[in-house]
Amino acid sequence: MTIKLAFIDWVIIVLYFGFIIGIGLYLRKFTVTGEDFFLAGRRSSSWVAGLAFLSANLGALEILGWTGATYKYGIYTAHFYWIGAIPAMLFLGLYMMPFYYSSKIYSVPGYLKGRFDEKTRILNAVSFAIMTVLMSGINMYLMALIFHMFLGWNWDVSIWISALTVALYVALGGLTSAIFTEVVQFFLIWLGLFLVAILGIIEVKGNLLQELPQSMASLWATSGDPSKNPMGVTWPGIVLGLGFVLSFGYWTTDFLVVQRAFSSRDLRTAQMCPIIASYFKMAIPLIVVGGGLVAWKLSSEKVISLFVDEKGNIIHDSALPILIARYCPPGLLGLGVTALLAGFMAGQAGNISAFNTVWTYDMYKAVIKKDASEPHLVWMGRLVTIIGIILSVGAAYWAKQFPTIMDYIQAIFSWVNAPLFATILLGMFWKRTTSDGAFYGLLAGMLSSFFMFLALRFGWIDPYYLTFSHTPSNMSNNMWRAWWAWLICFVVTVVVSLLTKPKPDGELKGLVRGLTPVPQMKSYPLLQRPSFWAFISLLTLIFLNIYFW
Amino acid sequence: MLSVWFWVGIVLITYGFIVGGSGIYYLFHPSNTALSHLHPSLWWGGIMLISGIILLFIGKGGEENKG
Repeated sequence: MTIKLAFIDWVIIVLYFGFIIGIGLYLRKFTVTGEDFFLAGRRSSSWVAGLAFLSANLGALEILGWTGATYKYGIYTAHFYWIGAIPAMLFLGLYMMPFYYSSKIYSVPGYLKGRFDEKTRILNAVSFAIMTVLMSGINMYLMALIFHMFLGWNWDVSIWISALTVALYVALGGLTSAIFTEVVQFFLIWLGLFLVAILGIIEVKGNLLQELPQSMASLWATSGDPSKNPMGVTWPGIVLGLGFVLSFGYWTTDFLVVQRAFSSRDLRTAQMCPIIASYFKMAIPLIVVGGGLVAWKLSSEKVISLFVDEKGNIIHDSALPILIARYCPPGLLGLGVTALLAGFMAGQAGNISAFNTVWTYDMYKAVIKKDASEPHLVWMGRLVTIIGIILSVGAAYWAKQFPTIMDYIQAIFSWVNAPLFATILLGMFWKRTTSDGAFYGLLAGMLSSFFMFLALRFGWIDPYYLTFSHTPSNMSNNMWRAWWAWLICFVVTVVVSLLTKPKPDGELKGLVRGLTPVPQMKSYPLLQRPSFWAFISLLTLIFLNIYFW
Repeated sequence: MLSVWFWVGIVLITYGFIVGGSGIYYLFHPSNTALSHLHPSLWWGGIMLISGIILLFIGKGGEENKG
């Protein structure tokens, strides 16, 4: 079964491809230096950088995956937008950005080189490069899924069309292209999909939360017993695994999102970037949780039925596309499909622009050609954009084999980002952390996370020892594994650091708290201070959690 | 360099015209989608058009990725 698009829908879709390629062609003449290509010229405002910061994260994975997850888990998925994002985004803006931004680095691995040494940078750069290619591949997989479900397009054609388009506009305009299209995508997502949630809520009437089973209708009330909530996770798992390690690991160290803040024109702007993004992040459940609950309600009343695969299993990710087809006549339907396409493209572009920067500066220039000129680096950035896309296509076919996309994504985060957060946290806030401590801690954290992943997957150990539940869901496994990997990295880093010699203070200026002068924002009016807006954001988060307790 | 808001404005105005225009058509030829009597294309297209015009004005003088 496929959904038929009318001529007007095709016009909207084709226009979108025309717009983004046109933007890429326009920006090419402004992309001359390495700073232009890899950091968008460091001239973004806080709003541009903030919306791009959020959009780089708000890909197809977010929208389809979490709408489908809401259908399955209920309002519990809002944890991933609220406690699983906001505190980390505010921490990044207020406490970490001064060190990232002031050190004038091109990438997060670049920070590790400055703070520690080359081997720590290479370890992180290689693991990050692998992760971004996988993520980009998953974006392609999801795009192909939508093309296939909506339009009946061939998998191969879908993957290659998306790949060629992204390769073209990122190779032309670098990070500037990626940021411009991410901002366009932000508006398209809200304007293309928010309407679906509004119409859904109008149709089902009544209070959806009152009709849900209690296990799916509250954020915290059923979190004391893993058997009483659909995700099979307890509140310590949510707080430690998701709210602390996974969330901070992703939002504060993942170069894909942090790179957008690096493009800001000054430190205050860079600090405001994740803080502005936090408000929009808190609002996204209006689309995904709202849409997921509407789909659950209509499905329980047999008004709609989700797609099923060849084995008869429900495809939860089809919830939102089915709602779009239900409410949107031709024209709006094309807009809804374009919003999803825009999300996929932005996700891919985000990954590829981060990948080309890390490869060019942290592997190619660091190891292969140390005396590379600026024009040569830009040329290399363009070349590796194409190569990265080809690798992503390979990853897309691999991702197709995995049953649940979001669980898989969380698994990758906890291999790479969770231990890295411990390394950077100690590096930024404890000057005694040594290069060897960081390297061996990071290595131990990553290896232990990977080992725990295999052990849980193949039943080598009783999951109770890691998750305190005999029947944890994959999500619960990921949260707890992230926590243990972080802890192992933290402990190993501290122990090795105490046994080895730290760098002298003079080499750590600009990189470590206490040795770096942090500009005070008191000269700005209250409404321009990052701390003020962070405080309001935090209050909103607390209110939402109490309201939906 | 033209501001990013200029580009967003152009995109929204274009789509606002198309979606709003289709909404006018559906006034006389109702679609068979759920809640079509609410005419979502018409007012949503109008919102996009107005948003696009505002963003175009914000971005037309831009030199950088400013906001």
